[in-house]
Amino acid sequence: MRYSARRSLDRVFKYVFKVTGLLVLLLLGAILAMLIYNSVAFFVDVRPLDFITGLEWNPTGDNPKYGILPLVLSTTLVTVGAMLIAIPLGIGTAAFIAEYARPGLKNILKPTVEMLAAIPSVVIGFLGIVVVGPGIAHAADLANGLNALNGAILLAIMALPTIITVAEDAIHAVPKTYKEASYGVGATKWQTLRKIVIPAAAPGIIAAVMLGVGRAIGETMTVLMATGNASLLPTGMFASVKTMTATIAIEMGEVPYQTTHYFALYAIATVLFIMTLAANMLGEYFINRFRKYHAA
Amino acid sequence: MASILSTDSENIMQPKNKLSSILEWGTLVGSTILVCFFLLVILWEIFSKGSSVITWEFIRSLPTEGMTKGGILTPIIGTVMLTLLTALFSIPFGVCCAIYLNEYAESNWLTRLIRASIRNLSGVPSIIYGLFGLALFVQGLQLGTSLLAAGLTLGLLSLPYIITTTEEALLRIPNSTREAALAVGATKFETIKDIVLPSSMSGILTGVVLTLSRAAGETAPILFTGAAFYINQTSVSVNQEFMALPYHLYMLSTQHQSIDEVRPIAYGTALVLVIVVFLMNLTAFYIRYTYRQHEK
Repeated sequence: MRYSARRSLDRVFKYVFKVTGLLVLLLLGAILAMLIYNSVAFFVDVRPLDFITGLEWNPTGDNPKYGILPLVLSTTLVTVGAMLIAIPLGIGTAAFIAEYARPGLKNILKPTVEMLAAIPSVVIGFLGIVVVGPGIAHAADLANGLNALNGAILLAIMALPTIITVAEDAIHAVPKTYKEASYGVGATKWQTLRKIVIPAAAPGIIAAVMLGVGRAIGETMTVLMATGNASLLPTGMFASVKTMTATIAIEMGEVPYQTTHYFALYAIATVLFIMTLAANMLGEYFINRFRKYHAA
Repeated sequence: MASILSTDSENIMQPKNKLSSILEWGTLVGSTILVCFFLLVILWEIFSKGSSVITWEFIRSLPTEGMTKGGILTPIIGTVMLTLLTALFSIPFGVCCAIYLNEYAESNWLTRLIRASIRNLSGVPSIIYGLFGLALFVQGLQLGTSLLAAGLTLGLLSLPYIITTTEEALLRIPNSTREAALAVGATKFETIKDIVLPSSMSGILTGVVLTLSRAAGETAPILFTGAAFYINQTSVSVNQEFMALPYHLYMLSTQHQSIDEVRPIAYGTALVLVIVVFLMNLTAFYIRYTYRQHEK
């Protein structure tokens, strides 16, 4: 090939690569534009205050009600329940893998966690119907086990791989000298773990939890299949709940195009987007803090 | 969380008795065993009840009699086609963007903005990608609910993961390699095409296969963009609706009119889906492993 041809090919591809980079920016912009446009269309029909503080979600009634609170509370309840299970289990497992497991055992445990992460959410949801649901119904003597507790258990399983991986990295990154100093003054391994290693890794562990929260809030299929989907204000862990993601998944298939109800589902998506974004940004903030702290 | 981080009054110098150290160690081992137990329960349930359903007949025959009999050939073909389309859209776009970020982009506000939006996009819940696909491809571009619209949607969802993993692979190529090619007169594009890409190929492939295995198991983004309850033919066309394994499992376990009757088929579908995803993960690990051996 002639030199000038090679030069122009070089220049053409430089722009091709740059355009793909800009397109990614455009993609996020387009998602934001879609959410904002449809939410604004919704707020033309329904007052924002009624949406945010409304206690009833009943868009198909004679007098349609678009209160998002039951959905937000359902999502919060299931997510908090999931974290109560996943945080102690995740940190315990991460500490075991990072501090106690021998290399041979580590080589088994890490792929195990990755396998858990690889299982599709719809399969976990199916397990909620055939294993966890009947189990809860039997243990608590209920007619069926499709409730917030079921969703919380499944979301805990889904968030665990994220929490374990990130928390293990954080514990692993704590400098050896910290531990040696602690052993040097006579502390046991457990005392060192609790009083030195975990506090030193705390920003990384908090980041792990926030990323797990982000994953749990945005998860659709497991909660859709396992929580019973009654759009009422949740009354407890044994109540049937309908999360924001499940509401979108169920109702988007049924609504006519560009009606108030249709726009309402995009307004829910906007709230969902803000909640996951907040969780992920907090997680990122703590990861950066952890990196800065240990680089210094 | 608070109880782990708080300091209590026990004296750090006090020698520990044996029982409490066993209890302490047991907490960590216990949580690790519980996490492994979750995976075992999932796999045991799916394999023990699904393996008797899976026969050669089940794999290669169409669903019949309202999906209460027959096999799952149609959803298998749908998932394969959908994953191929996802690969077709996301790989070129994602790899080019990673090349731009790693090889061309200067360290300025634009690059930081692009990186921030990629991190953001990877945290966006999959159901929001579903809404975006519905608004942009199904309605905006008038593609209708189709294989093409669903493939494009999953392509967008996979994009941030492809970019991140490709960039990691490019980062591992030392700068001296690039400089050697430039020094003998290659243009920048030729250096990337003939030197950088071939030597980072295994890293890129690992990321691509892992991302596609994730996409193959996704359900939420295809709910409104093209997945169908039932289709009575195996011929696929990009502008028609399709059946897919994860959607088939969701539908059989929650939406079918005789759920108990189709339960065995649901187990069979779940097992096939899990096997497909695990095989893709194994492929990725195999590529990574042989590459590491080669490197040594």
